[in-house]
Amino acid sequence: MNAPIVHARGLRVAFDGVEVVRGIDLSIAPGTCLALVGESGSGKSVTARALVGLTGGSVSAEELRVVGADALSLSERAWRSVRGRRVGTVLQDALGSLDPLRPVGREVADAARLAGVPLDLPALLRSVGLDPAAASRRPDELSGGMRQRALIAAALAADPELVIADEPTTALDTTRQAVVLSLLRARVEAGGALLFITHDLAAARRVADEVAIMDDGRIVERGPVGSVLAAPMSAEGRRLVASVPWERPRGERLLPDDAVPGVGAAARLAGGDAERPVGAAPANGEPGGGEHRPGEAGHPAGPAAVVPSSGEAGGTPVLELREVTIRHRGADAPTVVGASLRLERGRTLGLVGESGSGKSTLLRAAAGLVPIEAGEVLLGGEAWSALPERRRRARRREQAMIVQDPLGSFEPRWSVGRILTDALGRRDASAVRGLLESVHLSAAVADAHPRTLSGGQRQRVAIARALAVEPSVLLCDEPVSALDASVQARVLDLLDELQEERGLAILLVSHDLGVIRHASDNLAVLDGGTIVESGPTEAVLAAPRHPFTRELIDAAPRLR
Amino acid sequence: MSAALSETRPRAVVHRLARLRPGTWLLAACGLVILLCAAVPGLIAPGDPLAIAPRESFLSPRWGHPFGTDESGRDLFTRVVHGTRSSVLIGVLSTLLGVGLGAVLGLVTGLGRRWLDAAGSRLIDAMLAFPTLLLALLLIAVRGPGVATVIVAVGLSSAPGYARLLRSEVRRVSRSGHVEAARMLGKGPVAIVWRHILPGALGPLLAVATLGVGQAIVWASALGYLGLGAPPPAPEWGAMLNAGRTYISNGWWMTVFPGLAIVGVGVVATLAGRRLSARWAGRGGAR
Repeated sequence: MNAPIVHARGLRVAFDGVEVVRGIDLSIAPGTCLALVGESGSGKSVTARALVGLTGGSVSAEELRVVGADALSLSERAWRSVRGRRVGTVLQDALGSLDPLRPVGREVADAARLAGVPLDLPALLRSVGLDPAAASRRPDELSGGMRQRALIAAALAADPELVIADEPTTALDTTRQAVVLSLLRARVEAGGALLFITHDLAAARRVADEVAIMDDGRIVERGPVGSVLAAPMSAEGRRLVASVPWERPRGERLLPDDAVPGVGAAARLAGGDAERPVGAAPANGEPGGGEHRPGEAGHPAGPAAVVPSSGEAGGTPVLELREVTIRHRGADAPTVVGASLRLERGRTLGLVGESGSGKSTLLRAAAGLVPIEAGEVLLGGEAWSALPERRRRARRREQAMIVQDPLGSFEPRWSVGRILTDALGRRDASAVRGLLESVHLSAAVADAHPRTLSGGQRQRVAIARALAVEPSVLLCDEPVSALDASVQARVLDLLDELQEERGLAILLVSHDLGVIRHASDNLAVLDGGTIVESGPTEAVLAAPRHPFTRELIDAAPRLR
Repeated sequence: MSAALSETRPRAVVHRLARLRPGTWLLAACGLVILLCAAVPGLIAPGDPLAIAPRESFLSPRWGHPFGTDESGRDLFTRVVHGTRSSVLIGVLSTLLGVGLGAVLGLVTGLGRRWLDAAGSRLIDAMLAFPTLLLALLLIAVRGPGVATVIVAVGLSSAPGYARLLRSEVRRVSRSGHVEAARMLGKGPVAIVWRHILPGALGPLLAVATLGVGQAIVWASALGYLGLGAPPPAPEWGAMLNAGRTYISNGWWMTVFPGLAIVGVGVVATLAGRRLSARWAGRGGAR
């Protein structure tokens, strides 16, 4: 029972002569979980695929034993009796990995059927928190969280000795993440071995016994999860720890200069992201110069100082929602009911809730993009939702919006420079350079097409475009949830910095309470279309009154 | 991709031409021949397509009459070459008409208010419900045969297909994130349609339209065959095919060569259309 399920020494994987995994050692004992943590491109997924013989590259190792077999000498035929039966795999893209035309139950049962193992399907589905009735439905009839759980059930169906989970929760919101992670942990407690692959240390904390941090194809740090998270030794480890925003005070930089290394995944992957230290002073000659007020920060250092300003009516809010109710055309029930929000200059209001809670709809109503059924939206103290579209258009540039998928928000035929020129409304190459500089991108990016940029760079371009209109209100719809942990931290730092410089009012929508807590002065918790709790961020979190808020707090990604 | 874009100097253009596949070369050569026949038929076949020579009737293909002669002794090679212009013209003009009409209908239904979309879409459905040739026959029955009528008839028949395609493309682009981003920048509907929706939606329409040219040529020939196109003595492939039908047992060349011309032009136009549409489709996200 003590023989490790996975034992690798000097594992190397190369594609066309380029090594992406450069000699790593791994060992996973039964009943334990190893988390392999690193950024996109660090080689962690390739490592996982090498363990099931699916890399497509050339694999070599001094020793590579998986579930007792010599993985280097297995034939393709022999692999088939290992995969699914003795090693189960859960992948990130739940929609893509389930056959859209088959009922989920049959897909789940496949592995057991092929392995010839008897299967109690309803019991299996219940064990991953799925209603057995879901078995007869097709993937598109299930939510993202349910699909992910169905995939986990499929991986467990043949009762394998080893489960490999590759970013199984990245597409889910935090409350659903927490459920899936505890499922995986239960599997480990029951004696299974788990290899958990993630870019998110906070997720690793919930599942793993041991972590190995990967950077540029090598394991740069490993150890018991508690000690690595408490005191990371490697630069990459420190950077990943610093990227988790939970319990980091409002206004504090997540990634100080010394946590931005010039080596490894960050430099290679992020390109422009790492070109310039995030903490460096902003360049002169910003287009939005009129709004500069570097001294009078909109947010004091400590959470305590935030509390008094928000309860009282301090001046006119730049954006105000009064009892807003929104009903989609043809829908029976309203998506949002009686929501009231107040956003002041230089402040951030966080709007947190699960997917489908109506938070994006509310943000789009604040933008005047969806009509509201009842209530009122005021912009700068004046009517906004009540205006006819023609008159609203004239004031649109007081607001700017950043969305989760920046690529989709760019005209597909345009270069970055053209996108920014279009947003400026005039040909001004130096203004374009200024915009790029203010989001820490090099001027050369202007000639690039957004498709060729990394996720973090794209989001920076989206922020630059938002700044081009010199808005007073910045509406952010899940601006960082599609990004790697450290890229996410850099984008949050950038938003913070720009807010300080320009006195922006930010409405920040996220499912991640950790992001909201770090980045907002006030927050509102949205559940099922209703704001169930709101107030100064730290005050609400210190004494949550609503059970859903408590659930969000429990689910928030954190290191302790 | 980026390398291909940066090569704009003349030498680079020559270099790129040299890299084209042989199939593309062959296609381009065929296209050039067809265009030459349409533009300057006298250069390729200097004779008169209408000149009759009763003593030379029903000659099989031979030196001097490579395609043979017909019942009136007219040289078939000359007639086939001179028939190119009307076929190509009908194909191109009717496609233009179809695309133009389809674009108007597609834009109105794609961009208009709900009632306009509902009304326009039912009109498109009604037009699609008619078999193509039936619609054309109906029009010819009303207006009488003739080249102009054939163009209008074929154009009208192809319009609803284009309209429906453009409508769905317009809807797709209208709902996309970058159109919303343009709204957030305070742009008006005219600017959004002109700078974002039209460029994004027209690409797929043009790609399909290039394919439609070959189809239109075949339809026009079919109408000619039925005697509904250009009046009899004119060199028209469909009409020639019909004329040769009577003598098919002893004068095979009278049907085979006009038939080959129809098939050849149709194939070349369709293949060229497919190349172009592949290129334009690839460009949807590029540049």
